Amino acid sequence: MNNIEGKAWKFGDDVDTDAIIPARYLNTSDPQELAKYCMEDADPGFAGKVAVGDIIVAGKNFGCGSSREHAPIAIKAAGVACIIAPTFARIFYRNAFNTGLLILESAEAAAAIAEGHQVNVDPATGTIKDLTGGQIFQARPVPEFMQKLLDDGGLMEHWRKRLQVK
Amino acid sequence: MAQTITEKILAFHAGLKEVEPGQLIEAQVDIALANDVTAPIAIAEFEKLGVEKVFDDERVLLIPDHFTPNKDIKSAEQAKILREFAKQQKLKNYFEIGRVGIEHVLLPEQGLVLPGDLIVGADSHTCTYGALGAFATGVGSTDLAAAMATGKVWFKVPETIKVVYHGELPPWVEGKDLILHTIGLLKVDGALYQAIEMMGETISSLPMYGRMSMANMAIEAGAKNGIIAPDEITLDYVRPRAQRDYTLFSSDPDANYCKTIEIDVTKIRPQVAYPPLPDKSRSVDQAAADNIAIDQVVIGSCTNGRIEDFRLAAKLLKGKKAAPFMRLLIIPGTQDVYRQMIKEGLTEIFLDAEALISPPTCGPCLGGHMGILAAGERAVATTNRNFVGRMGHPESEVYLSNPAVAAASAILGRIATPEEII
Repeated sequence: MNNIEGKAWKFGDDVDTDAIIPARYLNTSDPQELAKYCMEDADPGFAGKVAVGDIIVAGKNFGCGSSREHAPIAIKAAGVACIIAPTFARIFYRNAFNTGLLILESAEAAAAIAEGHQVNVDPATGTIKDLTGGQIFQARPVPEFMQKLLDDGGLMEHWRKRLQVK
Repeated sequence: MAQTITEKILAFHAGLKEVEPGQLIEAQVDIALANDVTAPIAIAEFEKLGVEKVFDDERVLLIPDHFTPNKDIKSAEQAKILREFAKQQKLKNYFEIGRVGIEHVLLPEQGLVLPGDLIVGADSHTCTYGALGAFATGVGSTDLAAAMATGKVWFKVPETIKVVYHGELPPWVEGKDLILHTIGLLKVDGALYQAIEMMGETISSLPMYGRMSMANMAIEAGAKNGIIAPDEITLDYVRPRAQRDYTLFSSDPDANYCKTIEIDVTKIRPQVAYPPLPDKSRSVDQAAADNIAIDQVVIGSCTNGRIEDFRLAAKLLKGKKAAPFMRLLIIPGTQDVYRQMIKEGLTEIFLDAEALISPPTCGPCLGGHMGILAAGERAVATTNRNFVGRMGHPESEVYLSNPAVAAASAILGRIATPEEII
C-alpha cells in the first residue's frame, strides 16, 4: 500500500452517520451519487471542495448512529483516502474495513492537526506526519485479525478464498 | 470461569466452553436480517461472492420497512431488489406491504427472534432483541452479506457494563425514560465496544415493551449490545409466539463487569433528550419550564411503537385535541398493533384528537418520509435519535421523549408534562 498525502479537513466529536450521509439520500446505493452529498449536514459543500487523496481529521466517536454502510461508501467515493480520529463508533469501524476505507485511531494526531494542513500517512506502519505542523504521530496498531482480513483483500475476499478451499 | 450472559451466548455460538473480553471468535448466527435501505448493498455483495443459496432460507429475514410504502421511484427500485431476491432464494420470512411492520417491533411479536439467539441485523437498532435475552447487534451490509452466505460472523467479545436499577417506577416514568437517563450518564460513546447488561428489581418488574425500549437504545451509548436476562415476564411473552426452540442464559453471580452503575429510579422524572444528541437528557419539568414550542409530534418507531405505548398516549389524548397547527402522527409498529388499536378503541381516540394515523413504517424517524420537518421546525418524538437533520431539514430539531410526554406536548403545542393534562 502506497503512502497517502493530502489536505486535512477537520470535524468535531460524535459526527453521526446522518451527518455523513443524510437518510434523504439513502434511496440509492450508488457510490458516485452518495458522494455528492458526503458530510452535507456537517459541512454543506464539502463534497464540492474535497480533493482525491484528502484526509478527514475528526473528534471522538466518529460515525456514531446508524449501521448504514452508505457512510463509508460516500466518504470513499468522494475521494477521501483516510480518516484519523481518537475513536470510531464500532459499526462504522467494521464497515470502514469491510468497504476498504482506511481509518486510523490517534487522539494526539486528531488534536494536533489543523484544518488545511498537509498530512502524510503510511498505511503499513500507521505513521502519521503533519507536514505543515512538523509533527509525527503513531496511530494505534490495527488489530492482528483485522490486518489479516486486509491482507486477504477485505472480508468478502477472505470468505471467497475460504469457500473455494472447501 | 464465571461468565456474563453476553459471554455465555457468544461462547455457545462459537462452540466454545467459555470466552473472555477481547477474544476474537467466529460465531454461528441464528438470524440475519436487513431492511430496504441496507439489504440492496448486502444482496449485491452476496451476489459478488458467487454463493448460490443463503445459509438458511428460514433464518435470513428481509423487512422492507424504512421507505415503504415506497416513497419515490428510487425507493421502489430498492424495495424491488429485496422482493426479487426473496423470490429467487425462496425466503420464508420476507414481509410484503400488508404484513410488514417496523422490523424491531415485528420480529419479537412474530416469535422469530428468541432468547439465547445470536442475531445480526443490518440496522443499528437490532440490539432491541437483547430485551428477550438474546445477543443482538447491528452490522453493516457487507458483514451481513457474509452472514447471509455462511451463517457466520466474527466478533471481538465485549466487556460488559452492569447497570442496576433500584426502586419502583414513579408515575409516567417508562423504560424509555430509564434508558434516556442512562445514556445521559454514559454519554453517546460511554459504552463504545461494550455490552450493557440491565438488571435490578425495577427491571424484574418492567414489562416487555419497556425492556424493548431500553435495549433498543443501547446503541445510542455506543454499545455493541444491550441485554436483559430472561425471566417469567420474558417467557410469558415468548411462549405463545416462539416459532422454534430457544435457550435461556443468565449471568453467573460472580461474573466480571468492567463497570457497575447503580440507579435509584424513584428520583427519576420523565426525560426529554434535547437536540442534537440522545445523551442530552433533562427532566420533563426542565423542558416544560423552557417553554419549547413545537410543530409536530411523532408517536411510534422501533423504540415506542408497541400497543402499550399507544395505550399510554391514548390515556392523555382521550377527549382532547391536538393544538392548532400541530401535526400529530401516530405510527403503529405493526399490522397487529394497528388491529389491536382498532379493537381497543384507540384509533377512535386518536382520530377524535385530530391525529393522523400512518401505516407501519420507520418513515419520519430517520427523515425518510411521512412527516418531514421544514427549516426552523421542532418535533417531539418517541423515536431514538435527535441528530442534526434527523427528521428533515438540517435546521429542524427533534426532542426525544416517552409517549405520555409526547401526547401531552401535542395537546399543549409545547413540551409539556403529563401532569398538565391529567
